[in-house]
Amino acid sequence: MNKKRMQDQLITYGIVIAAYIIMEILILTGNLSSHMKGLLVPMTYYAVIAVALNLCVGILGELSIGHCGFMCIGAFFSAFFSKVTENMLPTPIRFFLAFVVGIAFAALFGFLIGIPVLRLRGDYLAIVTLAFGEIIKNVINAIYLGVDANGLHMSLKNSMELGLLPEGEIIVNGAMGITGTPHDSNFTIAVIVLLISLFVVQNLINSRDGRAIMAVRDNSIAAEATGINVTGYKMMAFTISAAIAGAAGVLFSHNITSLTAASQYFGYNASIMILVYVVLGGIGNIRGSVIAAVILYMLPELLRGLNNYRMLIYAIVLIVMMIFNWSPNVIIFRKMILSKFKKRR
Amino acid sequence: MSFLTYLINGLSLGSIYAIIALGYTMVYGIAKMLNFAHGDFIMVGCYVIFTICSTLSGNTFVGIIAAIIICTLLGVTTERIAYRPLRGAASPLAVLITAIGVSYFLENLALLIFGADIKSFSSVVKWNGVTLGDGSLRIQGVTIVTIAVSIVILIALQLFIHKTKEGQAMLAVAEDRGAATLMGINVNKTITLTFAIGSALAAVAGALLCSAYPSLSPYTGAMPGIKAFVAAVLGGIGSIPGAMIGGLVLGIIEILSKTYISSQLSDAIVFGILVVVLLVKPTGILGKKIQEKV
Amino acid sequence: MKKLKSIVSLMAASALLAGTIAGCGGNANGGAAGADTASDAQGTESAGGVFKIGAIGPLTGGAAAYGNAVCNAAELAVAEINAAGGINGYQVEYSKEDDELNAEKSVNAYNTLKDWGMQVLVGSTTSACSIAVSEYTKEDNMFQITPSGSAVDCVKYDNVFRVCFSDPNQGIASAQYINDHNLATKVGIIYDSSDVYSSGIYQKFVEESNGKNYEVVSAEAFTADNNTDFSVQLQKAKDAGADLVFLPIYYKDASLILTQADTMGYKPVFFGVDGMDGILTVENFDTSLAEGLMLLTPFAADATDDLTVNFVKNYQEKYGEVPNQFAADAYDAVFIIKQAIEAKGLTPDTSTSDICEALKSAMTEIEASGLTSAKMSWEANGEPNKEPKAVVIKDGAYVSAD
Repeated sequence: MNKKRMQDQLITYGIVIAAYIIMEILILTGNLSSHMKGLLVPMTYYAVIAVALNLCVGILGELSIGHCGFMCIGAFFSAFFSKVTENMLPTPIRFFLAFVVGIAFAALFGFLIGIPVLRLRGDYLAIVTLAFGEIIKNVINAIYLGVDANGLHMSLKNSMELGLLPEGEIIVNGAMGITGTPHDSNFTIAVIVLLISLFVVQNLINSRDGRAIMAVRDNSIAAEATGINVTGYKMMAFTISAAIAGAAGVLFSHNITSLTAASQYFGYNASIMILVYVVLGGIGNIRGSVIAAVILYMLPELLRGLNNYRMLIYAIVLIVMMIFNWSPNVIIFRKMILSKFKKRR
Repeated sequence: MSFLTYLINGLSLGSIYAIIALGYTMVYGIAKMLNFAHGDFIMVGCYVIFTICSTLSGNTFVGIIAAIIICTLLGVTTERIAYRPLRGAASPLAVLITAIGVSYFLENLALLIFGADIKSFSSVVKWNGVTLGDGSLRIQGVTIVTIAVSIVILIALQLFIHKTKEGQAMLAVAEDRGAATLMGINVNKTITLTFAIGSALAAVAGALLCSAYPSLSPYTGAMPGIKAFVAAVLGGIGSIPGAMIGGLVLGIIEILSKTYISSQLSDAIVFGILVVVLLVKPTGILGKKIQEKV
Repeated sequence: MKKLKSIVSLMAASALLAGTIAGCGGNANGGAAGADTASDAQGTESAGGVFKIGAIGPLTGGAAAYGNAVCNAAELAVAEINAAGGINGYQVEYSKEDDELNAEKSVNAYNTLKDWGMQVLVGSTTSACSIAVSEYTKEDNMFQITPSGSAVDCVKYDNVFRVCFSDPNQGIASAQYINDHNLATKVGIIYDSSDVYSSGIYQKFVEESNGKNYEVVSAEAFTADNNTDFSVQLQKAKDAGADLVFLPIYYKDASLILTQADTMGYKPVFFGVDGMDGILTVENFDTSLAEGLMLLTPFAADATDDLTVNFVKNYQEKYGEVPNQFAADAYDAVFIIKQAIEAKGLTPDTSTSDICEALKSAMTEIEASGLTSAKMSWEANGEPNKEPKAVVIKDGAYVSAD
């Protein structure tokens, strides 16, 4: 049993590494278009956050539709850190510290938000995660932060209230967000982050803690009766999930240079997009999330040739894929076909 | 005096949320699915009315009836094609994702047909409303109509659900689908009927939403839809009077927080209050208490 | 069994993907750019004797109206240039890409266009996207002219120029204008705090209002998620006694504000900036509500000069809508590129980077005349020198306010 699990894990790493090597070879031999090259990093950080959300939805069994909020936290705190220290530290150290900062704050917010959220159940829990996602986005949109010789200044109204010295610099400028974050993310680092998050999540699942978390998911009362600290394990999974989402945010903010807390990146719509990756990849199936994130992120990009019909076709493909993958009748039908095929062989 | 003005503004916003939430909660409570496309059904209804009344300069009444018919057909068809195949899927999330697909589909279809630019919607309520006191307090006609219509819908739905056989079947399906099947209830038919009613309500809500806030675009329904969902949860999922109360409360909170706290942070405050309410009453204002069984 | 299922669904998904890739094979450019194996060879230099101009804007999503205006007008300009014999005798090819108002997607769109062989970029339409893309055009040394990216940082690199006014520029000009014409004693502001453009103008306006002959009495925000009800913002301006309400926002939200102010019976002077242009062409909008609305706009669709008349006529014929200032800016952008290329006598076989270098110097030398101004010139920092025109709406049409 254990060996099989081990094998399963290795396959996942293998797929990621193989994909990485293939892409690198294509880049080196000049066979990859700039379009595809540009997609590599976004694809990878969406895979990372899909893994994070799958830990929350699939393993912990709690539906979260506000996970992009944690991504937002990771993105903003790390971008802020990088902006402030841009000329103080060498790039590798600074970027590493940016990860530490982004992940730490995402985890902290995950922990703080988890305390009230995890007391609720089902749809009510989902709506509260949505609420927190929107709150984070809305508050960051109203934050003005500047730095000058006197230190940090903050305002929730507008940049004039910061009272900065003339040579001071506004770093977070409300809706205008943070511009000019150093462009540090690259495919190699993104893949390393993906591998680390896969490692963390898969090991968690196969550990004693992971089994306890799944026991809580399957039947929290029974789990409690056997002496499992239900709240503790829920908090643990939720916080780890938030932290990984924060790591995706760090990659995000260091990949595009104009970071704004807008709905299209961090709103509930974006969070639901991640949920689509998770559900289509298979709830609780970590490897599936990675594959689904990659395919679904690429799909609208590959459809660019269709111009105005692009998003319409994308919607149809999404519905068809869902029905094909999840409909009980289609699954029975698929099994029938498959078993015939097997017999013939 | 100005507090009263703001309160009335809150009431008019809340009445819109309430009427959308009624349709939402209906589908949500009975079919047990979060129909993310509900907001887009509203948008479709608005475009139908707009096309008939403004482009073809037809009668308002004809427009509303046409919108109700088209939305009902749309709801039933969507249910049949996109949602029913996923009934009984291993996870209830499957149908949620399909609903998102439907939502994208409708938005982008509207974008292709009607273009991206906004259209100004002519109010279906021609009445200007009443003026109170010394003339400084004004309640808009559309607010009064919306509240009246929501109360009529509320009563009609309550009567329908509690007094008719089909309504009882809906309650049974909502309670326990398996047991309902055993009792000889046709679950598929009941859910189709639920969608038909829910979508017809979306058309009515659309007419009133766009009358109060007359700007129509392919994305008109999305945000009011999600707010109405929040209202439905606030009131207690599946509870029809709860949806009404939830909508009104949400509207009033939104306006008052904008007024007295901060217009920049009003979204955060509204959602913050939602969180607090749910922490105090984990199943919403009028929600049923969930009994935990081992 | 479980494994089989996942393999099958994976296969099904990839089959669907493959199908869609094959599906767009019909469109030669799109298909080639999409496939993994698209060769880089066609990347930087285009083989034929054509100039390749690309445009980026939100063609779907909430801001689609702006992106479509930009992309359509650029397309129209290219068609007109080709019909008149092209640039330096070479025809121009044009392609547009959607960015969904998403900076990350905007970069993807840019890369797609680069694969297609784009030599000059008209875009992106919106500020945040334009800033993100400029990071890459800088790296590739590609000439970029944004028609409507108005944030300061849009032109922070030397290869980027813009056609529209910058946000601070508009804030300052508005404050100045209100002061100089004694329009108000008390000013209320309603702005979109979630929007880069709107909050940029708002901040500069408030800063600039210090020491002017009016006082800012209320400044209320709304957000993109909360833009249906403006009763509070209007009521606050009314209670504070504002006799002028400054609206540094787009016409979409402004049309609602005007309607709601009317139902409230609140009738101050409304003052807008260039984003307000387009309000008169909103389908079915009661233009009497906009009576007396003042705005600083570079473009008026009902102007009577030949250029505007022709542009509006052709645009309407082709796209069925009256063009707004986004369209005018993009149309100008393409003609500015034409003028600059002609000034340097460039040919399509010049490398993208050399075109960029030549255009950079050409931009500071040329003086262009277009829809948005009869006389435009550029500083090396990318900012245009042109005068905003103040107009006031009378009987459903723009009338010069001076």
